Amino acid sequence: MNRFIDWVDARYPLMRNIREHLTEYYAPKNFNFFYFFGSLALLVLVVQILSGIWLTMHYKPDAKLAFDSVEHIMRDVNFGWLIRYMHSTGASAFFIVIYLHMFRGLMYGSNKKPRELVWLVGMVIYLALMAEAFMGYVLPWGQMSYWGAQVIVNLFTAIPYVGPDLAEWIRGGFSIADPTLNRFFAFHVVALPIVLIILVAVHLLALHEVGSNNPDGVDIKKNKDDKGIPKDGIPFHPYYTVKDIFGSVVFLFVAAVIIFYMPTVNGVFLEHDNFLPADPLQTPAHIKPVWYFGTFYAILRAVPSKLFGVILMAAAIFLLFVLPWLDRAKVKSWRYRPIYKQMLILFGISFVVLMYIGGQPATATYTMFARIFTAIYFAFFIALPFVSKWEKPKPVPERVTE
Amino acid sequence: MSTDSVNPNRRRILNWTAGVVGAVGAGYAAVPFIRSMSPSASVQAQATETVDLSKIEPGQRITVMWQGKPVWVIRRTKEMTDTLTDDAVVGQLKDPKSKSSDQPEFAENPYRARHKEWLVMIAICTHLGCIPTYRPEPGGSFWSGNWEGGFFCPCHGSGYDLSGRVLEGSPAPRNMAVPFYEFISDSAVRIGHPSG
Repeated sequence: MNRFIDWVDARYPLMRNIREHLTEYYAPKNFNFFYFFGSLALLVLVVQILSGIWLTMHYKPDAKLAFDSVEHIMRDVNFGWLIRYMHSTGASAFFIVIYLHMFRGLMYGSNKKPRELVWLVGMVIYLALMAEAFMGYVLPWGQMSYWGAQVIVNLFTAIPYVGPDLAEWIRGGFSIADPTLNRFFAFHVVALPIVLIILVAVHLLALHEVGSNNPDGVDIKKNKDDKGIPKDGIPFHPYYTVKDIFGSVVFLFVAAVIIFYMPTVNGVFLEHDNFLPADPLQTPAHIKPVWYFGTFYAILRAVPSKLFGVILMAAAIFLLFVLPWLDRAKVKSWRYRPIYKQMLILFGISFVVLMYIGGQPATATYTMFARIFTAIYFAFFIALPFVSKWEKPKPVPERVTE
Repeated sequence: MSTDSVNPNRRRILNWTAGVVGAVGAGYAAVPFIRSMSPSASVQAQATETVDLSKIEPGQRITVMWQGKPVWVIRRTKEMTDTLTDDAVVGQLKDPKSKSSDQPEFAENPYRARHKEWLVMIAICTHLGCIPTYRPEPGGSFWSGNWEGGFFCPCHGSGYDLSGRVLEGSPAPRNMAVPFYEFISDSAVRIGHPSG
């Protein structure tokens, strides 16, 4: 075995890569619960790719056949129901772990210097993931697939001058129809997964170049022993691989409960209207996006003007990109920034409340609350450059705490 | 000029030239990929749709598909068309003269039609593309103001009058679109330009 590894190593940097990224990648020893979600996102990506490949074996990307082929998977294909529910549950699980992963970054300042690129690449992954999830939701060709696609693609018509032509180009027709389904299938199954895998690799390489942050936000590389190893660092393998395996087992247990006992989560993971075939002549009484787009949909609807609604929704996403530069504090972690901590909690609450409102009908009361929480959402970004400059942080320890 | 030394100026020009030529080439190579996503010839071929009017009763609405979009043909009664010039309705409109909406020239009137009896309109709410419901009778609790008959979108609560003009208080920005159409006989209408 050793001779074989030597033979490979003379031709490919196998052991060097394993050392750099696993056995001699020193991660801070004080990772907590919130550090499960990066590795869980990787696990979900693998599950989605595997279950997706197997669904592709039975699915038919044709407007006349798509809905029936999904029913065929559910009823006729051996274990088809299981593979489909893995994929649909995985989609929602993906967003749960990604939202917690992103929030962790904001809690401990993991997006701040020198990890801005880690954050930016992560945000591009998030955008690609939203596109991937949106197009995937269209493929079953149910009522909510069809009308959701209609509403989302029509957002592009708000762009002055080129909007209507752009929407026609995206659809490949005058309305959502077979050409749209076909191209969404191509993007969902081929183009975006490739993009996602490459971006995840870049995300990890960028992280390993600068090293992981930690809940205290202190730089462990400042305190090294005489071998040059950070005193507060432990090798990723075996310490964090074992921790992440434990997290994965708990995660898969919860996922299995959902997959086997409540796969639609009462219309949240899979909406009831999507069990009806797409009908261009019959609008569902209440068109709503899947839960993970609710926040941005609520912001869109909070604005009475279509163009400004789209602009505000785009701004809600774009502002996340520039967070590392809006936050001007030297101290990273919210543990030593009490005012920032309260702001971020308020921001998190507004994100979740808007997510809920985005799934409710646009009544006057909900619209009023959508406006209030949209204001809170944006107030976070507006106040951050000032508060982060002005807030006097608590003393930060030299080394990580237990 | 010595043969060994590097001429950085010439290198820069060569690099830029190669880069620009390459970018132009890549731009041209992208054209077939981008154009292949535009509506294909078979989609374009659904350019027109002819509708038989002889079986439509007064007040009745039928829905036909044209270019994959639902189009309503409605035979309006005199009571219905009378509401369109009534101040109770006109006062509620965002754009009573249809200045910012999409319609052929012949429909730039209160009836938004060639003949006021016949309304031909694309049944898509200008807010986010839902299909409004047909509510020709006056009155109704779904609308906060005075309802004299029209169309109501259940998605986000936009209201329109009986010629598809949007009411104040709706999220929809414009009146619903009227397609180009011609009466090819007394009892048939052809929607769309024959040329495509």
